Amino acid sequence: MTEPLLSIRGVETFYGNIMALKGIDLNVNEGEIVTLIGANGSGKSTLMMTIFGNPRASKGAITFDGRDITQMPSHEIARLHIAQSPEGRRIFPHMTVLENLQMGATVADPTHFDEDVKRVCTLFPLLEQRMRQRGGTLSGGEQQMLAIARALMSRPRLLLLDEPSLGLAPMLAQQIFRTIRELNVRDRLTVFLVEQNAFHALKLAHRGYVIVNGEITLSGTGHELLARPEVRAAYLDGGRREAHGA
Amino acid sequence: MEYFVQQLIIGITLGSIYGLIAIGYTMVYGIIGMINFAHGDVFMVGGFIALIAFLALLAIGVTSIPIALFLVLLIAMALTALYGWTVERFAYRPLRHSYRLAPLISAIGMSIILQNYVQIAQGARVKPLPPIVTGSHTLMSSDGFDVELSNIQIIVVLTTVALMVSFSWLVAKTRLGRDMRACEQDLKMASLLGVNIDRTISLTFVIGAALASVAGIMYLLYYGVIDFYIGFVAGVKAFTAAVLGGIGSLPGAMLGGLLIGLIETFWSAYFSIEYKDVAAFSILIVVLIFLPTGILGRPEVEKV
Ligand SMILES: Nc1ncnc2c1ncn2[C@@H]1O[C@H](COP(=O)(O)OP(=O)(O)OP(=O)(O)O)[C@@H](O)[C@H]1O
Ligand SMILES: [Mg+2]
Repeated sequence: MTEPLLSIRGVETFYGNIMALKGIDLNVNEGEIVTLIGANGSGKSTLMMTIFGNPRASKGAITFDGRDITQMPSHEIARLHIAQSPEGRRIFPHMTVLENLQMGATVADPTHFDEDVKRVCTLFPLLEQRMRQRGGTLSGGEQQMLAIARALMSRPRLLLLDEPSLGLAPMLAQQIFRTIRELNVRDRLTVFLVEQNAFHALKLAHRGYVIVNGEITLSGTGHELLARPEVRAAYLDGGRREAHGA
Repeated sequence: MEYFVQQLIIGITLGSIYGLIAIGYTMVYGIIGMINFAHGDVFMVGGFIALIAFLALLAIGVTSIPIALFLVLLIAMALTALYGWTVERFAYRPLRHSYRLAPLISAIGMSIILQNYVQIAQGARVKPLPPIVTGSHTLMSSDGFDVELSNIQIIVVLTTVALMVSFSWLVAKTRLGRDMRACEQDLKMASLLGVNIDRTISLTFVIGAALASVAGIMYLLYYGVIDFYIGFVAGVKAFTAAVLGGIGSLPGAMLGGLLIGLIETFWSAYFSIEYKDVAAFSILIVVLIFLPTGILGRPEVEKV
């Protein structure tokens, strides 16, 4: 078996005295879509940020492509072509859409910038008409597309998506999930996806992990997890299938 | 009328100097949210470096004024930038993640250190510079009152305009400027995208200090004297200008500098010179009551 592209071993992260991650073990293999599901406050976003060293893991090791990145500064981690569309989207509000994309291309080879802009505009045609508009004036859904598009501009080897469907109309959420699959199948893009929309995420992903209170409690293929009664009870039943986010 | 035009010329000249210093306050505030109280003293250091450089060039027999000016500009910008870099690197960066007031207190400390250091190294007395740029033009005259536009005033205003134009271009159009704006809007996100935020913050201080040093040269040439205390007074005025224009806003700093220069000059000319600072600050207070974010500042709610 080959080395996983991203490997997280025994990672612990603290906010002050509060232990947010309590020894996480997790792998993402090249070409996979892996999802992490869990309730509010279980530590999903913390894990995404810990991969980028902010906050930094106080214990354990994170390796990417065989390289230990646990202590690397965030911007050097980005230079390894790991990209993130973070929680809250974090679009630069006073920059135009085009400038946001330019920021996304910070670590990319400038010679293929135009080509990459075309590529993300094909994925999200709405953005094309908004190129000169300021990021802060986009609608929530448009900002979400921009956040993903910006992350794609670096031609990432690993794409981290933190709740890309949050606050989106079901149709739009579906479209985002379709786009993720398309990127994965066509470009073999490796994706690590955090979602509360567990049903869709597990259907989309090759494998999934369940996080509870900073600990991984379950893992398996998407189908396996979908079938688990404890997953169904906690994350799927009771009308939670679609209604997250708003 | 002639008197008014004369005051206008003086006010614009003074406002240019304030504006150049104000840019440093506003940029640093924009990017790391702190008031760099030592910035006025960096301006003062810039003036002293320029003074020493002028005297040294005269001593080694550089007699061409344009060459001397150009060399002094280079030397002062480079060395003052080094001061700006050092202050950030050693006094502020280690405190960036500590509680909010720590860098502020450190900045006040740096301000005192720079003042005392120059006072000890250069003496407390006012230092004169022999007139370098002389000559002036009479624009109009009537009833024995001449409106004079001096060469030094022309140099101050043209240099300021040139610097502000090129600096605005840098911020709006270059990669570094874009990185600076990204850091200003979301430091953490910028780092996730691969921007080296330590380097970007350093460069912000370096550029701010270089602009302040040009203001220092202008001050020195314009007034012909300099002492260790000018940084405090000019610093407070420039800071006021930045707040008046809208702290964090680049055009705001330029506009605020101009306004403070004009207010101060006109107040001294028409009312009383003793109360010129009171006038500037009163107007600041009035503006802030009605426009809490300054004239060109953007309301905080826009930040998402
Ligand atoms: N900056 C912070 N300072 C202190 N505590 C924090 C901070 N960020 C998160 N936490 C705490 O860490 C825990 C995990 O938060 P995290 O944001 O990772 O959860 P999450 O799984 O992403 O939740 P959600 O689904 O609501 O986004 C929570 O208890 C939260 O209160
Ligand atoms: Mg979260």
